[in-house]
Amino acid sequence: MRPVYILGVGLHPFGRFPERSLTALGVAATRAALADAGMTVQQLEAAFCGCVYGGVAAGHKVLTALASRGIPIVNIEAGCASSGAALALAAHQVASGRHDVTLVLGLEKMPRGMIRSTFFDPWREEAGLAATPAYFALRAQRLMRESDVRLEDLAEVSVRAHAHGVHNPWAMYRKAVTRTEVLASPEVCPPLRLLMLCAPNEGAAAVVLAARPSRQHSVRLSAVALRSHQPGAVLGEHTPLCGLPEEDPPSPTTLAAEAAFREAGCEPDDLDVVELQDTDSARHILSAEELGLCRRGGGGAWFRAGGGTVPGRPVVNPSGGLLSKGEPLGASALAQVVECTWQLRGSAGPRQVPGARLALAHTVGRGANACVAILQT
Amino acid sequence: MSEDGARLTIGRCSTCLRAHFPFAADCPWCGAEACAADRGGPWARLWLWTAVTSRPPGYRGPVPYGFGVVELEDAPLRVVTRLTEADPAKLYEGQRLQLVLDELFTDDDGTAIAGWAFTPAAVD
Repeated sequence: MRPVYILGVGLHPFGRFPERSLTALGVAATRAALADAGMTVQQLEAAFCGCVYGGVAAGHKVLTALASRGIPIVNIEAGCASSGAALALAAHQVASGRHDVTLVLGLEKMPRGMIRSTFFDPWREEAGLAATPAYFALRAQRLMRESDVRLEDLAEVSVRAHAHGVHNPWAMYRKAVTRTEVLASPEVCPPLRLLMLCAPNEGAAAVVLAARPSRQHSVRLSAVALRSHQPGAVLGEHTPLCGLPEEDPPSPTTLAAEAAFREAGCEPDDLDVVELQDTDSARHILSAEELGLCRRGGGGAWFRAGGGTVPGRPVVNPSGGLLSKGEPLGASALAQVVECTWQLRGSAGPRQVPGARLALAHTVGRGANACVAILQT
Repeated sequence: MSEDGARLTIGRCSTCLRAHFPFAADCPWCGAEACAADRGGPWARLWLWTAVTSRPPGYRGPVPYGFGVVELEDAPLRVVTRLTEADPAKLYEGQRLQLVLDELFTDDDGTAIAGWAFTPAAVD
């Protein structure tokens, strides 16, 4: 297999843009990635597009607007990991020698409010069993019961995320919050408060992959692994209606992380930067445990000791995470890869982690789908 | 629903002998197409709980409502369920619960639509 390099990256800001179409968001991110790579759309040999709510051929519409000529275009839905799945497929095309240059795209315009998903049958919605944040809340309660994670820790996760997000011009929320403000925000599903949950929104991300580095850019995509759930766990991200009391199989995140570390030939201790899925505050700590940044059940102690913050390594979510950026499902996984690329190039501005050489991007969500990508300079 | 109260329609696999809910012919644990429907409940113990404070998509019943995971007493199975108690402070781990049917909403043609929930048992 050949190495895969990231030659260009681009984002459309995350937020709410009622005057802009989904296609327009994707065009903006793609143009930015192509300009960054110093390429034209005619140099792309294939395109892979992650999107959940975009309907038929969302990626084709973006490339049509950019006058692409006949290349294969594949649209991928894999929940929160949609553009991570697109990245995996596009990288494989390059690694295998099928194509020399591929485009990865992620884009989304989410409806407002609690996420409605066709994942849930109508009867399950009517029965009150499709309230996504309630499943997050149950995981949070279990985390607090089975380890020493406290409500104050969950508030502090949001405080730290927003402290990072202040420096991210691509984020939706760029205002610092206090622990008191987080705890005083409305209780959505106890113990989770509004400011402990990320907001669905809109945005786009694009990445150009190639088999050779360019004169300007040489960040390498060392590994990208996709995994799904195993049977048994009632609180798995595949949100089943039942589970077995004694079964607690490795999570999709753990499976993907183990595969990615193996492929890249590195360990969690080697990482400088991690962009991990923080759909809610408890998920931040669970993700850290499942990725191996700390031991299982040790996430609370790790977090309180400053785990994930400067001057320690790795720094977690310098972008501000989804809690600051919001989550456009189809774009969020790839936006993490974009942030990691900027970090490894040393071009992340006030968010820069000094001397970053190895980075990990993680997403997990409905399906269940988990994606872990490892990048290195 | 039977004469002596509400029950869940669970599945039991004749290959791996494990139970699941809701009933499906295909066993979600071993994949065998070897499951028969059985009755589960009405008694369960509370494992995890929260409350839903605003109406989720597609739900037309009252809010807030309780929501949690219970362990059935008559099958080694955890089940995701609505709870009749929406105040988390009134619930505790291991609390004994009973399955009930309650009215969720009235359909456009006037039909009362019922759902299932677990409610704290009168006697532990």
